[in-house]
Amino acid sequence: MEQIICKNLEIGYDRKVIMGPLNIIINEGDYWCITGANGAGKTTFIKTLLNLTPIIGGAINLQNELKQIDIGYLPQQKPYQKNFPASVEEIVRSGFLNKINIRFYYNHHEKELAKTTITKLGIAGLEKRAYGSLSGGQQQRVLLARALCASSKVIILDEPIAGLDPVATQEMYSVIRKLNQEENITIIMISHDILHATADAKQMLHFDGNGKYTITHK
Amino acid sequence: MFELLKYYLSFSFVQYALIVGVLVSLCSGLLGVILVLKRFAYIGDGLSHVAFGVMSVAMCLNMVDNMLLTIPVTIIVAILLIKDGSNRKLTGDTALAMLSVGSMAFGYLIINVFATSSNIAGDVCSALFGATSILTLSSQDVKISVAMSLIVICIFIIYYNKIFTVTFDETFAKATGIKTDKYNLLIAVITAIVIVIAMNLVGALLVSALIIFPAVSAMTLFHQFNYVVILSGCLSIFNSAAGIIISILFSTPVGATIVMTSVATFFILKILSLLIKR
Ligand SMILES: Nc1ncnc2c1ncn2[C@@H]1O[C@H](COP(=O)(O)OP(=O)(O)OP(=O)(O)O)[C@@H](O)[C@H]1O
Ligand SMILES: [Mg+2]
Repeated sequence: MEQIICKNLEIGYDRKVIMGPLNIIINEGDYWCITGANGAGKTTFIKTLLNLTPIIGGAINLQNELKQIDIGYLPQQKPYQKNFPASVEEIVRSGFLNKINIRFYYNHHEKELAKTTITKLGIAGLEKRAYGSLSGGQQQRVLLARALCASSKVIILDEPIAGLDPVATQEMYSVIRKLNQEENITIIMISHDILHATADAKQMLHFDGNGKYTITHK
Repeated sequence: MFELLKYYLSFSFVQYALIVGVLVSLCSGLLGVILVLKRFAYIGDGLSHVAFGVMSVAMCLNMVDNMLLTIPVTIIVAILLIKDGSNRKLTGDTALAMLSVGSMAFGYLIINVFATSSNIAGDVCSALFGATSILTLSSQDVKISVAMSLIVICIFIIYYNKIFTVTFDETFAKATGIKTDKYNLLIAVITAIVIVIAMNLVGALLVSALIIFPAVSAMTLFHQFNYVVILSGCLSIFNSAAGIIISILFSTPVGATIVMTSVATFFILKILSLLIKR
């Protein structure tokens, strides 16, 4: 089932195209791994998908009732977040924010769902812990749990394993793999770790750095 | 001493000072957490200097109620600054410093040239350091301050979760469809209001202490957002109430006393947190 169609999509900043035109079809249950050199435009591409950066040319069509808010996002971590006073629970729950609209606080159902998601990602027991006191791998899983609360259809991850040790990296991959295989969640992931990331991915998108790209289906 | 305190508390101007002090400091305590975490604390500082400049204009115009001028102008400047803050270039900080120093100089200059008051030095001093102004609030001032504080507190309670998300991770909030610009605007407006009313309490130069100290003190002890917000609000109320009472009893300047109380509570909490960690 088609979910996202990029048609002659051109991406960039300030009307300057850095990549494109791209023609890509993303289907339900896909696992895309985006690779390429620093500055090739990977982050720009997913920011465009997320509607954070305006499209320069072409179009992105969301199909089959997929809405913009159905796309969850795990951003590249920012340094200041490391010491932010927030508990795991508070951060994960904030994923529901786009669903509460005029209600101002989270309801019982959402709190339960946040709990289940935390357990699913193997960070149960850490709910009350401060985000800053967690290891890098645990922090990433907290952010992934938040993304899952925001969306259970498509998850976009920007370098989820950056800065993780080999063990934590493997754990992160297996969590992502499980989401993709068991829950049929579409995964779009940027990674510099070509060797391991590509083992799980079903589709590869490589940005060559000169505005060209190659797609490989496995 | 309690007899003396009871005697002073029977005066309406002291009661006004306490009511306004508690409400305003609750606002500044809540808001401080956001501003410190968003790294906007220096914007609060700059805004208070701008507000001083505007207040000087109001003084020269012999306005009975200078808040009617200072609040709107400061809101506009705050919106411009915070809107710019999200994609700020290197020059942003320098521009802010120029703006704040410029408004201070401008304010002092026009007061000296145009003001008709016989005690210019006293007026300037109280605008900068709060001196005695909190004890001379008109009932109109009190009404405005109370109304504004209540609005700020309500907004904070209603939008608590949105404010948390926009503060923790603006990119994520935006990606999930939250109108982050709207909330940044809201934060800018609240900041301006709180700064202008807090200026009555501690003066333009000391306002940022009211915003920064409770938040930073609360963060040394707690690492969960809701606790930090609550403790920051409580600390801020305690600092102001204690500061006002001490200043009445020992006839010290109100603003400076409140700030010194804040410094003291900060160090007490810091030591407490070090003891707990051991
Ligand atoms: N906000 C911005 N405004 C203007 N240009 C930008 C902006 N962000 C990035 N760029 C430029 O766009 C290009 C692509 O950047 P992008 O962040 O998409 O690269 P990337 O492939 O994600 O790199 P990395 O592997 O380092 O994360 C770079 O040349 C960068 O300088
Ligand atoms: Mg990137």
